[in-house]
Amino acid sequence: MDTVADMGGMQNFGSVSLTPPDDPPFHEEWERRAFAMALLSMRLSGTNLNSFRHALDRQHPIDYFAFGYYGRWLKMAENLLTDSSIIAPGAVEARARRLRGEDVDEPPPPEPNKPDYAPTAAGSIRQVDHPPKFAVGERVRARDIHPPGHTRLTRYVRGRTGEVRMIQPAMVLPDTHAHFQGENPQYVYAVAFDSAELWGPDAEPFTLSIDLSESYLEAVA
Amino acid sequence: MTVSDTDAERLPIALRTEALESILVERGLVDPKVMDGFIKNYEENVGPMNGAKVVAKAWVDPEYKARLLAEGTSAIAELGFKGPQGEHIVVLEQTPGTHHVVCCTLCSCYPWPVLGLPPAWYKDPAYRSRMVREPRKLLSEMGLDLADDVDVQVWDSVSEVRDMVLPERPAGTEDLAEEELAALVTRDAMVGVAKVAPPS
Repeated sequence: MDTVADMGGMQNFGSVSLTPPDDPPFHEEWERRAFAMALLSMRLSGTNLNSFRHALDRQHPIDYFAFGYYGRWLKMAENLLTDSSIIAPGAVEARARRLRGEDVDEPPPPEPNKPDYAPTAAGSIRQVDHPPKFAVGERVRARDIHPPGHTRLTRYVRGRTGEVRMIQPAMVLPDTHAHFQGENPQYVYAVAFDSAELWGPDAEPFTLSIDLSESYLEAVA
Repeated sequence: MTVSDTDAERLPIALRTEALESILVERGLVDPKVMDGFIKNYEENVGPMNGAKVVAKAWVDPEYKARLLAEGTSAIAELGFKGPQGEHIVVLEQTPGTHHVVCCTLCSCYPWPVLGLPPAWYKDPAYRSRMVREPRKLLSEMGLDLADDVDVQVWDSVSEVRDMVLPERPAGTEDLAEEELAALVTRDAMVGVAKVAPPS
């Protein structure tokens, strides 16, 4: 999905302010709780890190910004838990209203319906029994595709040509793993792009490197 | 556009959080004490002080530095740092002629075992959108001016590979012990938006 989470190169977000070195990771108690529940929601819902990220990406663009960082995490936890029928739709709203004194009915807990899936190993790194398709120094093009579901192929590199800089370990493919359609383990490559290739001849001079799964790439003839 | 939660009355996010926790605890699905331990770990034990130890060791021990640059994950694990968001860590060495800086345009991917949870600015849409497009301008706004002849290398960490920057050792620190050096190293320098300042 081409979502608002894919922000590379977008303009008009303004300036960035550095925070003090001792700035704590959480500023409010609810942020601590949302953080912990979001991570626990993966196990509770029988999902994985890729579906976790997809549940962040697919929030409505207005919600994505309005909820803020840990607010998004909380909504993501709710989404994963609702999708797997661990909690009923509307259960959080009903409980919240009861907590503030309103007399509302709460939906009963549903019958869990977790995805029919189990990872073959912990984490994302996998062993594959074939050599990498591309070599360090080889010219490659990021495919100009628009996957309907989750992807980590950023819009700003699609169709652009770069050079393989490093071959990283083989890892599960987020695009299928997020949807429980298989791990599809494949090598990941750090691909280097010249800034002018990405942003045109007036771009600042620099090199952009990004880690891309093998199936995001095609050979340059 | 489809209906967003924004179209309905928005419940305060703190109340929403309390509601979800209340449901999960009531049904025995989460233990608040487990959550507390989890939170405390990321508030107290996992943070940039870990990465600072890695950097200081690399500054004083050339063999360690060579291992760190060749196989970041295992060299970092020698100091006991590993875990979630640290499956494969690549260490990028700053030099007088090359400046590395790390971002994540898609979310907030960050090497937790060495740097902890990301700071607010790293998650800011302005940082995520601009670092891959105008790094010199953005770094300058953040207080780091790079000379025109410096080779700027931006790393968008969107896979499960995590990047950590090995900053340059500042001048005037020849007599400092490893522990004193670690105290100089900042989170910002290990992401690449600052340099390590000499001792004041």
